[in-house]
Amino acid sequence: MSKNLETQATDAEKKKAFEQIANVIDLYKGKNDSLIQVLHLAQEIYGYLPMEVQEFISEEMDIPLAEVSGVVSFYSFFSTVPRGEHTIRVCMGTACYVRGGKKIVEHLKDRLDVELGGTTSDGKFTFEIARCIGACGLAPTMMIDDKVYKQVNANKLKSILEEY
Amino acid sequence: MVNLTINNLPVTVPAGTTIMEAARQNNITIPSLCYVKDVHKMGACRICVVEVEGAKSLQAACMTEVREGMVVRTNTTKVRNVRKVLYELLLSDHSQDCPSCTRNQNCEFQAMGQMLGVETSRFEGERSSVHVDASVSVTRDMTKCIRCRRCVTVCKEIQGTGVLGAQNRGFDTEIGTTMGLPLGQVNCAFCGQCTVICPVGALRATSSMGDTWEALGDPEIRTVVQVAPAVRVAIGEEFGMPAGSRVTGKLASALRRMGFDDVFDTNFTADLTIIEEGTELLNRLKSALGGKPTVLPMITSCSPGWIKFVEHSYPDHLDHLSTCKSPHTMLGALAKSYYAEKTGTDPKKMFVVSVMPCTAKKSEIVRPEMCNDGNPNVDAVITTRELAKMITSAGIDFKNLPDGDFDNPLGMSTGAADIFGLTGGVMEAALRTVYELVTGRELPFDGLHVTPIVGLDQVKEAAITITGTLPEYSMLEGVEAKVAVTSGLAGAKKLMEQIKKGESPYHFIEVMGCPSGCIMGGGQPRSTDPDVRQKRLSGLYTEDESKELRKSHENPFVTSLYEEFLVEPNGHRSHELLHTHYVPRGKFNQLTDEMFVADVDENIKRRAAEAAMRHAKVQTVSPQTREDVESTRVLELESDNRRLQTELQDALETVDIMKSVFAQYVKKPQ
Repeated sequence: MSKNLETQATDAEKKKAFEQIANVIDLYKGKNDSLIQVLHLAQEIYGYLPMEVQEFISEEMDIPLAEVSGVVSFYSFFSTVPRGEHTIRVCMGTACYVRGGKKIVEHLKDRLDVELGGTTSDGKFTFEIARCIGACGLAPTMMIDDKVYKQVNANKLKSILEEY
Repeated sequence: MVNLTINNLPVTVPAGTTIMEAARQNNITIPSLCYVKDVHKMGACRICVVEVEGAKSLQAACMTEVREGMVVRTNTTKVRNVRKVLYELLLSDHSQDCPSCTRNQNCEFQAMGQMLGVETSRFEGERSSVHVDASVSVTRDMTKCIRCRRCVTVCKEIQGTGVLGAQNRGFDTEIGTTMGLPLGQVNCAFCGQCTVICPVGALRATSSMGDTWEALGDPEIRTVVQVAPAVRVAIGEEFGMPAGSRVTGKLASALRRMGFDDVFDTNFTADLTIIEEGTELLNRLKSALGGKPTVLPMITSCSPGWIKFVEHSYPDHLDHLSTCKSPHTMLGALAKSYYAEKTGTDPKKMFVVSVMPCTAKKSEIVRPEMCNDGNPNVDAVITTRELAKMITSAGIDFKNLPDGDFDNPLGMSTGAADIFGLTGGVMEAALRTVYELVTGRELPFDGLHVTPIVGLDQVKEAAITITGTLPEYSMLEGVEAKVAVTSGLAGAKKLMEQIKKGESPYHFIEVMGCPSGCIMGGGQPRSTDPDVRQKRLSGLYTEDESKELRKSHENPFVTSLYEEFLVEPNGHRSHELLHTHYVPRGKFNQLTDEMFVADVDENIKRRAAEAAMRHAKVQTVSPQTREDVESTRVLELESDNRRLQTELQDALETVDIMKSVFAQYVKKPQ
C-alpha cells in the first residue's frame, strides 16, 4: 500500500495521486464532517500527509488549513513524514513483553538503525510498536504490514527481514 | 418564559436562555473565562460551573439552558472549591511572570484569580511545550496561553480566515498555525482581532514603543506623529473614561507633551484619500461608460488587513482595489517630501510614528511598496493601547489635560475624515465629494448621512441615481450608482465571491477588515462595555457633525497641497507618493517570499527556553541534565534500583503466567 512518494514518485505519479485524492473529495462532497475519512483515504493513496497534500485538501474542501493540520496532528494514525514501504509493528502486549518483545525492539533498533516511530533511511521500513495484536499464544510476535510472525527471536529476525 | 431560582432568588427569563445569561440579567455574576457572549461558547474552561438540583454533576452555566422549576446555586462550597482547583490547574501551566506582562492589571485571568479568592498555587509540575512566535504585527507567546480557544473562534467564525487552530493532542495541545509555521508565513491578515479577545498576554500586538521612545529621545531626529480617526473616540477608555468619549484635543496635547516635534492628523490624508480615490472612481466610471475595458467594482484600500486578506485569498482580483495607499502612509510620504521640503529637513532625519487602532498597519509599513527614495513612509506604528501605555509611562495625567490642536499643514480635516474610522464612513465621505463634484449639488441625504449604509450590519448597500449633472460629467446622467459596504473579513469574502463569479452588481465597495470598522480594530482598547461599538460609532458621527466643513474637497489645506505640490489628483506626483500596487500572495503564501516574521525579544526567548527545559526535564529523564543537578552516584543507584525492580516485575509476571499454564495442564485429563 503505502509508498514513499518523496523519494520514489515521479511527477506523473504525484499528479495521479492528487487526481485520486480529488476523486475521493468529490465522493464526500456535500457531506458534513467528512474530513477524517478524506484524510484516511488520502494517506492510503499518497502514503503520508505532507503540507502539499494538506493544502490541496484544505483548498478543495474549503476548510481552513489550520483545521486540517489540527486533525492530522491530533490522530496518531496520520503521518506528516514519509512512511516506509512496509510497516513493522512489534507487539508489546503483556505476553509478548514478558517473552522478550523488548529484546526484539532493541535488536530491530540496532539492525535497522532506526528509532521507534521512525523510518529507515532507505525508506523500506517504518518501525512502530503495537499494543497486543491478539495472538498471545504465539508470543513474542511482530507484524510486517498484514503478516504476523510468531515466536520471533533475534536469530529469526534476519531471515524475516530478508523476505522484504 | 421560564421560571427558575438562582441562589433562592426567583427569576423569569425567556426560554433558551443559558444559566449564565439568566444570572447576568439578574445581577448575579458567574465567573467565566472561555465564554464570550455571542462569540464563543464551548464550555471548555469549566470555571462557570454551578450546582443544579437533580443533576449528577456540576453544570457549565454558559452551556446549560434554563428549564422550568430549575434550582441553581452559583456560590456553594462545592462550586467554590471546584472553581479554585480548576483555576490553580490552569495557573500551573501558565508562565507566571505577571509583573512584567503587558496584560498586568488588565488581565482577565488575573482578575479571575482575585474573584475566586485564590491565594496560593498548590500545583507545580510539568509544563506543556511552548513556543514564542513573533510577526511584525502580532506576537504569540504560548507560555501564557490557557487554551480557551477564543482566538480560534474569532479567526474562523468572525473573520472567516481560520489561520489559528488547535494543533496536537492532550497536554501537548497548542493553539497555533498549520504545522507550527510562523504567523508571518501563513495567510494571516494581521487584523489583530485575536489580540483583543485573548484573556491573557498570549496574543498581543508586537511592540514598537521602544523604537518610538528612542526616536523621541534623539535630538538629531525630527519626530512626526499622526493619529487615526478611531483613536480619538477610544483611547479615553484606557484612562477610565466611558466608551466613545471624544478626546481629540487631549490627544493632541498629550502627543505634544510626549515630545513629538510635529503633531499631525491622519484625518488630513483621509480627506486627501477621498480626492484621490474619488478621482480614480470617476475615471473608472467614465471609461466604463465610454465602452473601454475597465475593472469595476472598485474597492477601497485603506485597511491593510483587508488588503493582505485579498492578496492571499483572491490573488487574481487585485485590480479591483483602488491604487491609493492607506491614509497614514500617504501622510508619511508627504511628511518626508512636501513637509520636509517646506521645513528644510532631511527626510532621513525624520521619524514618522502612526498611532493606529490597527495591528495590520504594523505589517503594512514594512512592505517595500511603502517606501519613497529609499525612505520608509512610516517608521513605526503604535496601537491605541500602546499609546495609552506610553502616555501613562510619560507621567501625563491624560484625563485632566487641556485641549490642544493638531499642527498645519497636515493636521486640519473635515468631518468626512472623522467617519473613516467606522464602517460605511469611507463610502459616505466619498459620496459626499463625488456627488457634489458631478452634480454641483450636496448629497441629498439628511445631515449628509447615507442612511442605508449607516449601522453595524455585515453587508449594507445603497443605490443613488445621478441626475442634473454638470456638463463635463453629462455621460453619468441617469446612471444608478450602486455601492456596498462591509466590515469584517467574513463579509468581505461574500462580496469577493460575487466578484469572482462575475455577479457583482456594484460600482464601488468599501471594505474594512475588522467588524464595525476601525473603531473595533485589533489595536483598540479591550472594552467590557457591551454597547462599545455603538458608543464609539456615535462618538465619531458626533465628531463629524461638530465640524463646520464636512466634505473632503472643502479642506483648504488639501487645496493648497495640490496648488503647491501635487498639481492634480491622480497626477504624476500623486502616483509616485500616494499610490501603490498589490502583490498576489496565494492562500498558503506560496506566491511570494515576503515574510513578516520579527525577531523574538531576547528575554522572551530565554523564558520560553526555560519553560521548554522544564517540560523536557519532567517528560524524559535526560541523563545529561540530571548529572548537572544530582551526583553521579545517586544516578547510578537509582538506575540500578530501577533495573532490579523491572527484573523482579518481569520475573513475577512470568511466574504468574507459568502458574496459570500449569494449572490448565493439570485440569486437562490427558
